[in-house]
Amino acid sequence: MSTTAAPVDGASQEDLTRLAERWEERPSLRSWLSTVDHKKIGRRYLVTAGLFFALAGISALVMRTQLARPESRLLSPQEYNQLFTMHGTAMIFLFATPMLFGFGNFLVPLMIGSRDMAFPKLNALGYWIFLFAGLFMWASLPFGAAPNGGWFAYVPLTGEQNNPGLHIDVYTLGLLFLGIATTAASINFIVTALKLRAPGMSLNRVPLFVWAIVATAFMVIFALPALNVDNAMLFLDRRFSTHFFDPQAAGNVLLWQHLFWIFGHPDVYIIVMPALGIVSAVLPAFTRRGVVGYALVVLSIVSIAIISFGVWVHHMFATGLPQLSYSFFSAASTVITIPSGIQIFAWLATMLLGRVVLRVPLLFLIGFIVTFVLGGLTGAMFALTAFDQQVTDSYFVVAHFHYVLIGGAVFPMLAGAYYWLPKITGRMYHERLGRWAFWLVFAGMHVTFFPMHLYGLFGMPRRVYTYRGEPGWGGWNLVSTAGSYLLALGLLLVLAGMVHAIRRGRPAPPDPWGGDSLEWSTDSPPKAYNFPVLPLVHSVHPTWDDATRSSMGADATADRILADGRRTLFTSELDGRRERAAEMPEPSLQPLLLALGLLVFFTAMLLAWYPVAAVAVLAVAATLAVWLWPPRRPDRELGVSP
Amino acid sequence: MPVDTTRDATNAGSRRSRRRRRNGRVVRMTLLAGVFLLGGCAGDAPSALDPAGSGAARVANLWWLLFWISTAVFVEVMALLVWALVFRRGRDTRVRHGQPLRFVAVAGAGLPLVILVAVYAVGLRDLAALGHGPGPQAPTIEVTGHKWWWEVRVPGIDGATANELHIPVGERVRVRLRTADVLHSFWVPQLMPKTDLIAGEMRETWLQAQRAGRYRGQCAEYCGTQHAHMAFLVVAEPRADFDAWLARLGSTARQPETDAQRRGQQAFVQASCAGCHAIRGTPADGRVGPDLSDVGSRWSIGAGAVPNDGGHLGGWIANPQTVKPGAYMPPQPVEAARLPDLVAYLQSLK
Repeated sequence: MSTTAAPVDGASQEDLTRLAERWEERPSLRSWLSTVDHKKIGRRYLVTAGLFFALAGISALVMRTQLARPESRLLSPQEYNQLFTMHGTAMIFLFATPMLFGFGNFLVPLMIGSRDMAFPKLNALGYWIFLFAGLFMWASLPFGAAPNGGWFAYVPLTGEQNNPGLHIDVYTLGLLFLGIATTAASINFIVTALKLRAPGMSLNRVPLFVWAIVATAFMVIFALPALNVDNAMLFLDRRFSTHFFDPQAAGNVLLWQHLFWIFGHPDVYIIVMPALGIVSAVLPAFTRRGVVGYALVVLSIVSIAIISFGVWVHHMFATGLPQLSYSFFSAASTVITIPSGIQIFAWLATMLLGRVVLRVPLLFLIGFIVTFVLGGLTGAMFALTAFDQQVTDSYFVVAHFHYVLIGGAVFPMLAGAYYWLPKITGRMYHERLGRWAFWLVFAGMHVTFFPMHLYGLFGMPRRVYTYRGEPGWGGWNLVSTAGSYLLALGLLLVLAGMVHAIRRGRPAPPDPWGGDSLEWSTDSPPKAYNFPVLPLVHSVHPTWDDATRSSMGADATADRILADGRRTLFTSELDGRRERAAEMPEPSLQPLLLALGLLVFFTAMLLAWYPVAAVAVLAVAATLAVWLWPPRRPDRELGVSP
Repeated sequence: MPVDTTRDATNAGSRRSRRRRRNGRVVRMTLLAGVFLLGGCAGDAPSALDPAGSGAARVANLWWLLFWISTAVFVEVMALLVWALVFRRGRDTRVRHGQPLRFVAVAGAGLPLVILVAVYAVGLRDLAALGHGPGPQAPTIEVTGHKWWWEVRVPGIDGATANELHIPVGERVRVRLRTADVLHSFWVPQLMPKTDLIAGEMRETWLQAQRAGRYRGQCAEYCGTQHAHMAFLVVAEPRADFDAWLARLGSTARQPETDAQRRGQQAFVQASCAGCHAIRGTPADGRVGPDLSDVGSRWSIGAGAVPNDGGHLGGWIANPQTVKPGAYMPPQPVEAARLPDLVAYLQSLK
C-alpha cells in the first residue's frame, strides 16, 4: 500500500518478480493454515493475545464490580476464585508474553534485515500451540471447571484432597502445553538473532529491542523448566498419587513455591524486558536521536537477565525461612533495581538531549515512565523483608505489580502498537482518537490502582471475593471500580482507533516517523520477502545512515538479492560476517497437524482418556518423523558418480 | 476497631506530604492521584500505618522512610521528564548528539546504589528486630488454621476457643502457628507483619501491644473458597483480664439458667451440633468445628462473616451456606420452634 517505494531501486523488476514467485502465497484456506511467514504469524500472535487480554480484562471488570461495595453478592466465592485465577493466569501466560512475542515475531527479522525467522515452521507450530493452549484453558470457564487456585497455585490447596475436580488439571496441563510454544519461540528468537542478521550487523549494532528479546528468550529457556517440573509433579501428585508435595509422606509444600518462583520472578522480567526493548525502539523516532548509552543499556538488559534468577525468595518472605537466607535475597532484590534505573535515566537523557515530538506513541512512553517508576519504587520497598512481610498479600502488592505490569508492559505495548501500526497494516491511525485513548487509559490506570496502595496499607488482604463494611475499605474500592471502567473505556478507544485505522486510515508511507531501525527501510506493510535487497549494515541506526541505505539501492549486489530461490543470509554470531545463503522452508501443514495432535493429547490427559492420549502420542511422533525426515540429498553429496 | 488515632496518623503524613507541583499535564494527573493520599482516611481500618505494637511500629517507621525517599526520587524523575517536555520541543530545538554516560551512570546507578545500601542496612536491622522473639518465660498461644477459621489454644490448658485470642498489654506473647489443612497466613496489621502457616511444619511469631484494644487480623494467604471470611480478633487487655481469659479457657462452660437455655442445651447435645462442636462440661465434644464453650462472648460468627447477635446466629444455624457459602457446616435441620432456645443457650455461653 506504500505510496513511495523508496528502497526497491536496488533490485531489478525481474528480481522482484522472481522473489514474489518464491515467497508470496496465493490467498486460500490452505495457505492460511500452512503459512510460515513471520509477519502473518506475528500478527496472529498480536490479535490472539489481544483476544485473551480482552477476556482477562472482562474478568477483572466483573471482579471490580463485585468489589465495588462490601458484601456484594454478584458473584459466588467459587465464581470469583475462578475469575481471579483466570485473570492472573491469562494476563501473564496468554497475554503478556505472547503479545510481546508477537511484536518480536513481526519485528525481529525486519529489524535485523532477514527474510524470516530461523525456523519458520517451528514458529508456526508455536503460534498454533499458543492458540490451542489458550482455548484449552479458557474453555474450562463455561463448565465451571476453570483453575481456582490462583495463578501461583500453591499446594496443598491445589492438591487432589483440597481441590478435587478438573480445575487444577486444566492449569497444570494447560501451562505444560503452552510451555512448548514459549520454549520453541525462545529458541527461534535466539537462533534468528544470532545467525540471520544482515551482513555488517555486528553485535554492537543489534537494535536494543532485539537485545531485549534475546535476553528474554534466554531467561525463558532457563526459567521455564522449573515451572514445567513443578506442574508435572503436581499433575502426578493429583492424578497418580505421587507425594512430591505431600508433607504426610515426606513431601514438601514449600518445594512448589521455590520452583514456582524460580520461574516466577524471572517471568516478571520476561514480561517487562521486551517491553523495555519497545521503549528503546520507539524513543529514537520521537527524540530524533539514538538512545543514550547503547552499551550501558545492553549491559543493564543482560545483568537483569542474570540477577533476576537470584531474587525468587522475596516472594516467600512470609513463609518463615531462615533470616540469613532472607538477608541474601533481600540484597539481590535491592540490587536488581539498579539496571532498571540505568535504563530509565538513559531514556530521560535521550529526551533531554533530543527534540521531543509529542505524538501518541511518545505519550504512551511518558505514561510508561510515570507509572513504571512508581511501580519500581514500591518494588524496591518489597526488597526489604520486614516491609514485605507487612504488605505482601495485601492490596498494596496488587497495586505494585499492576503499576509494574501495566506501566512496564502495557503502556510500552500500546506505544508499540501505535508506532508499528503503519508498518503492520500499511495504514495510519487517527491522532486525536489516539490521544483520547491515552488520557483515558492513563487516568483509568491510576484511579484504579493508586488507591490499592492505600487500602492495602489499611489492612485489606488480596484474593478476597468480598469484605466486611466495618474496616472502611468500601469507599476506596468504589474508587478503584470506577477507575477500572475508565480504563476499560480507554482500551476500547484504543481498539476503536486500531479498527478505524485498518478500515479508513490513510495509507502509510514506508517510514512515517523517520525511524532508525531497518523495518523502516522497507515497504509498509513489507512484502512477503521483507527486503528486495538484504542490507549491508554500517551502523546501529541503519535507516539513518546513507551507507546502509545505498547498500539496498545503488550498491545492491546479487548476492544480497538472492532472487534465485527462497533464501536468506546466514552470518557469523559476533561480527555478522556473511557465511552463506540458506534455503528457507516452504509453507507446510505439519505445524498445525502437530499442534492438533498435542491438543488431543492434553485434552485426553485432562479427561483421563489414556488410550486416546496414547494414540495422540503416536500421531505426534509420526508427524514429527515426517517433519524431520532428512531431505533427499543431491547425488554428488552422497558420493554417487554422475 | 479501636483505631481512633488512625486519622491522625494518616493526616500527619498527609500534611507533611502536601506540596505544590504544577508542571504540565502529566504531573497534574499524578497530583490527582496524590490528592487521594491527602484525603486518605482509613476509617476503622486495621491500618499498618496506625501501629499499636512494637513489630508493626517498626515497619510503619520503615514505611515512612521509604515513602519519603520514593517521593524524592519520583519528583526528581518527573522534574527531568517535565523539563524535556517543556524545553525540548518545537521545531527550533537543536538535537544534541552527545553521550552523557556519566550522568546516566551517576543518576541511574551511583546515587541509587548509595541510597539502596543505606536502606538495605535499615531493612536488615528491622528484619533482625522482628525475628527477635520473646524469651522462654513469655506466654504462648497456639493457633491452628482451618478452612476457614482459627483454632486458639494455650499449652497446658485443655480448652479451646476460636477466631479470638487475648494478650496482656505490654508483654511479648509467643504465637505458634500450625495448619490443619492448606496454607494460611497470620496477619494483624496493627501489631505484627505476616507469618505463613505451612502444612507439615510449625512457625512462630510474636505479638506485643503497647495499648489495650481490639485489633483485627485476617488470613492473608489465599486458602480457598472462603478465604475472604477468615478474620480474627486480637484483644489486648491488662494482665488481670488476660489471666481471667486463661482461667475461662480452662474451665467448663456456663450452665444454662433459664428454661429456654436448658431446652437449648438439650437440643444442642441431642442434635447434630455435638457431632462437630464441643462445649466443655457437656457431652458435646466434637472436634471438627470450633469449640463453642464461650461462643456468646465472641465478636463475630463465622470468623468475621457476620456480627454475633441473635438474628445472625439463628440464621447461621439454620443455613450457614447463605452467610458463608462453601463453609463446611451444612444447613441444620433444627425445628423452627427449637431455634430460639438454641440461640438463647449459645448466647448465654460467655
